[in-house]
Amino acid sequence: MQRAASPGVSLLRAGQGTAVGLLRFVVLFGPAFVVFAVVLLVAGKNPMKAYADIFSATLASGYGFSEVLVKMIPLLLTALAVAIPSRIWLINVGGEGQLYIGALFATWGALTLADLPRWALLPILGALGFVGGGLWAALSGVLRARGWVSETISTLLFNYVAILLVNFFVFGPLKDPESANYPQSAQFVPAATLPTFFGTRVHFGLVLAVLALVIYALVLSRTRWGLEMRAIGGNVEAARRSGIPIGWYIVVVMLVGGGMAGLAGMTEVSAIQGRLRPSLSPGYGFTGFLISWMAGGRPLGMVAAAVLLAIITAGGDILQMTQRLPGSVASILMALVLFAVLARRDRARGERAG
Amino acid sequence: MRPPQPEPMVTMRGITKSFPGVLANDHVDLDVRGGEVHALLGENGAGKSTLMKVLYGFYRADSGEIRLRGHPAHIRSPRDARELRIGMVFQNFTLIPGMTVAENIALFLPHLPALLDKGEIAARIQEVSRRYGLNVDPSAEVRQLSIGEQQKVEVLKLLLADAQVLILDEPTRVLAPHEIEALFQVFTNLRRDGYAVIFITHKLHEVLACADRITVMRRGRVAATLARGEATEGGLVSLMFGTVPAEPRFYRSAPAGETAAPLLELRQVSTRGEGASPSLHGIDLAILPGEIVGVAGVSGNGQRELGDVVLGLERCSRGTKRLFGHDATRWSVARIRASGLAYIPEDPLAMAVVPALTVRENMALGDTPKYARHGGFSMDWASVRTDIARTAERIALNLPPLEAVAGTLSGGNLQRVVIIREMARRPRLIIAFYPTRGLDVLSATATRELLLAARGEGAGVLLISEDLGELFALSDRLVVLYRGRIAGTFRPQQTTMNAVGFLMTGSPDAHAASG
Amino acid sequence: MSAPLLVGVVLGAIASGTAVLYATLGEVIGERAGIVNLGLEGVMLMGAVVGFATTVETGSAGFGVAAAALAGGLLNLVFAYLVISRRANQLASGLALMFCGVGLSALLGAPYVGSRIEGLNEIRLPVLSNLPVAGLMLFTHDLLVFLVVPVALVVWWVLFFTRWGLALRAVGENPTAAYAAGLSPMIVQYQALLLAGLLGGLAGAHLSLAVARTWAEWMTAGRGFIAVALVIFSKWHPLRAIVGALLFGGAVALQLQMQARGVPISSFLLDMLPYLLSVGVLILWGGTRRHAAPASLGRVFRGTE
Repeated sequence: MQRAASPGVSLLRAGQGTAVGLLRFVVLFGPAFVVFAVVLLVAGKNPMKAYADIFSATLASGYGFSEVLVKMIPLLLTALAVAIPSRIWLINVGGEGQLYIGALFATWGALTLADLPRWALLPILGALGFVGGGLWAALSGVLRARGWVSETISTLLFNYVAILLVNFFVFGPLKDPESANYPQSAQFVPAATLPTFFGTRVHFGLVLAVLALVIYALVLSRTRWGLEMRAIGGNVEAARRSGIPIGWYIVVVMLVGGGMAGLAGMTEVSAIQGRLRPSLSPGYGFTGFLISWMAGGRPLGMVAAAVLLAIITAGGDILQMTQRLPGSVASILMALVLFAVLARRDRARGERAG
Repeated sequence: MRPPQPEPMVTMRGITKSFPGVLANDHVDLDVRGGEVHALLGENGAGKSTLMKVLYGFYRADSGEIRLRGHPAHIRSPRDARELRIGMVFQNFTLIPGMTVAENIALFLPHLPALLDKGEIAARIQEVSRRYGLNVDPSAEVRQLSIGEQQKVEVLKLLLADAQVLILDEPTRVLAPHEIEALFQVFTNLRRDGYAVIFITHKLHEVLACADRITVMRRGRVAATLARGEATEGGLVSLMFGTVPAEPRFYRSAPAGETAAPLLELRQVSTRGEGASPSLHGIDLAILPGEIVGVAGVSGNGQRELGDVVLGLERCSRGTKRLFGHDATRWSVARIRASGLAYIPEDPLAMAVVPALTVRENMALGDTPKYARHGGFSMDWASVRTDIARTAERIALNLPPLEAVAGTLSGGNLQRVVIIREMARRPRLIIAFYPTRGLDVLSATATRELLLAARGEGAGVLLISEDLGELFALSDRLVVLYRGRIAGTFRPQQTTMNAVGFLMTGSPDAHAASG
Repeated sequence: MSAPLLVGVVLGAIASGTAVLYATLGEVIGERAGIVNLGLEGVMLMGAVVGFATTVETGSAGFGVAAAALAGGLLNLVFAYLVISRRANQLASGLALMFCGVGLSALLGAPYVGSRIEGLNEIRLPVLSNLPVAGLMLFTHDLLVFLVVPVALVVWWVLFFTRWGLALRAVGENPTAAYAAGLSPMIVQYQALLLAGLLGGLAGAHLSLAVARTWAEWMTAGRGFIAVALVIFSKWHPLRAIVGALLFGGAVALQLQMQARGVPISSFLLDMLPYLLSVGVLILWGGTRRHAAPASLGRVFRGTE
């Protein structure tokens, strides 16, 4: 007797699951979209047209969807930057700064090693980005491991130190001699630019991000380190008494997390901007924090949240063009979506930041 | 001394309270009179704490009624209780370490003016402390006080808040014998002035020493209420447990050969305590193979630090530590465990088990290097399973289901998980903290048998316990820890529990008593 | 240091430091109650834009200041609802609040970008403002500047000498103990956050109505986060916050003066000072910092909130 359900039933069940999921999505986020519509109305704009514009420019067209993917790449990486440390209860709000330092290191590499062939230069830049962000975060990790400063505070404060540092370099040592007084680095050579797919702006960073997510999930569930991390995250006292080296894990985990953000910085500066500017990141680090938090650090959830927030972020640019609204108006919608999630969360004891 | 008044100050009738899966109070009746000390006696989990938390408004009863001085009372929160002049001192003090004694007390004063008058508050505190023997410095920061002094602050809080009914939950758990004496003296003073004092305990001798009336609870119900004159030790015990427990067996063993190389050797070990934690001073301790060394002492005198030092969790600021013949002073926890040390902590859920992981995964944590394969990229779960099954069989303990999430297990099951995990590695040295605390009689006996069996196989055991009876029954040698120092070393046959008790509190009469 | 430079730096320190001090004081109150608000930036921005818009529309800076405080308070109440009544994660809620404030202020301020107004008038204290040097440096400022130190003193006094302050500190240290004392931690925290919001709104108002006298998107430029840093730097103490704010203001002013004189000290390195100093101070305290932060707040930073 066959016990497995027939394909039709399985499909129906899957469909039901998706329908329920979709319904949950609508119930949860619906109010946020409604409130935003009201905001737009009060501002004298047509909300239906606004939403239609966003939809057609993001999901309804191939190019639009590719743009969403483009925005997703740094978001996935910065979300990982928060999720990985969150497995052992570390709160990394420094994704922004780590991204910038990663971009800085990568920029240095791109400018000094510009003569190398592409197949050699790009991996080096990737490594530099990882190292830059990683070291920046590891600094906070060490401060925390020594018991001196909470990593929440130090990563938060180091964000601004990083941005100022990048400003310093871009106004000074790395300043592009050919750009008059614009604060930016020189343009990257083609060899330092990440390849893209199918004529869109979607670049190789997507592969890196997805790979990183997969590795993250596998390491956590299958490996010894994942087990020990989950032990630390579950009961740090018990982990300590089992001989697990907590301090070592703190530093390493922050390093890897920061490296993810650094990688995001490298991909942004290499594939999207082509040079280092102070305006490199419109808050990807913070958005990544929110994505990781919304998803509870779970990979699939992070992808879903990243899609949503990428669409909203892209929406901001679109509304700026079509409705002549300030670009940051999308932040309102993002905040409303977040409020919806925050207000509904049944706070189970011990909810993580990621 | 004024005799207890006839009509009760507090009347509780038919109180029923349940939590998911547990019926904590089952139609409980209780009367407490003014000017009396009323003991609420019972084993762990009998429902005493719950009942009092209902009276204090921390919980709301599912059904039943409460009357205060004859009038019905609806107590929905601690605020209501305090307005009815009921006060409670919890096991975990509700003091704020970062604030002063005066500020902590002020917080609980009923008619605190909007602008604080610190001088007046201090004066009031002095007056009440003198009257009842609760002396503390109002301007001291609570975090700098000893536990006994903190408890005094808790009682002062109640008195200054005008409470007439005082509830104390296991007040003597953290006190040394002479501090317990002082507390009972405070009770006497309070009784003299018409206060109703309810104290929750599971210690028989305390009840017999100071209570006017005793209510015994068992499994959520009242077993009996008696006056002090009607109570006997045996009678109370059978009320508490329902049966007469077997006589505790005294295990006697031959002293271990003094020529064998010690498993553990601490020489002049000192540590630097952090904040309020005690530090160890000049500890000299050795454990020979096939020997159980018991550590007696009131909780908080350095027991945890001693365990942490041996485990490698805490650094010796001075002195040396030798394990199995090697200098292990700088070894990491992982290395010390790998060399053959097992550690059974005092609170398995908080200190040894990761609640979110399954039993199987928790077992693997005992020795992750052993089960890691491919440099850590995968785990050999099959080996974990076999090892665990074998150990469970060898030490005759029931294994909880491997795929159960550890956080859902009962206390007894958790203890078993920890013991099986630790014993799986055939340790040569076992540190056991209060291993039978909170366990039912059967599990406690099984655990003691386990330690004895380990000793029989040549392992060494460092047994830290609050239960003097248990220590005297199991130890080959007994060491007393007081304020981070070893106050005495004996063979149980050569001393008395009383003498050890004196040493536990640093009494100057100790030398006279130990003989 | 030459006199004009000194005057310039002190003037600038006071001008820049005032807004940050208001924000810091508000955050001290909130954190003393156990709640950290990373969205302070958003609150300040809303205060700035509402204050500016109201002043433009009504012609009265006084109304502007009042409206700004109100706006800050309202926005913080939204935050309060999330973290107190819904028990949401404080850090995530703060960041969401920041995004909200940034976006909403950009939207509301769109019609006003670049307009210049008179804003808050300078007040010259009688007699004192005629003193040489000091008269200009210390006694010629707008109303909000003159009020900020008294406000700091009031906050200090309220925290340590009143019943409400005691309750607030108790809630921030140990909400369970506070509840056992018959307090309602939730109500106390709502009150604290309302107050913090009012002060944050005032901070924004000072920026748009006195310092810059105009509106630009994201004009707070991270001052909200600096305030969070200064709260730590001042060990959650309102009087020490004055020092911290002056240090920050001094750094900004020094940088501006240097730039004006063409001195090649990078302004960015100076700007890093408040952040580095805060971390440095924390490292210096080492283990003792645990005793400085309100205990309940520490749990937020350790993720066991």
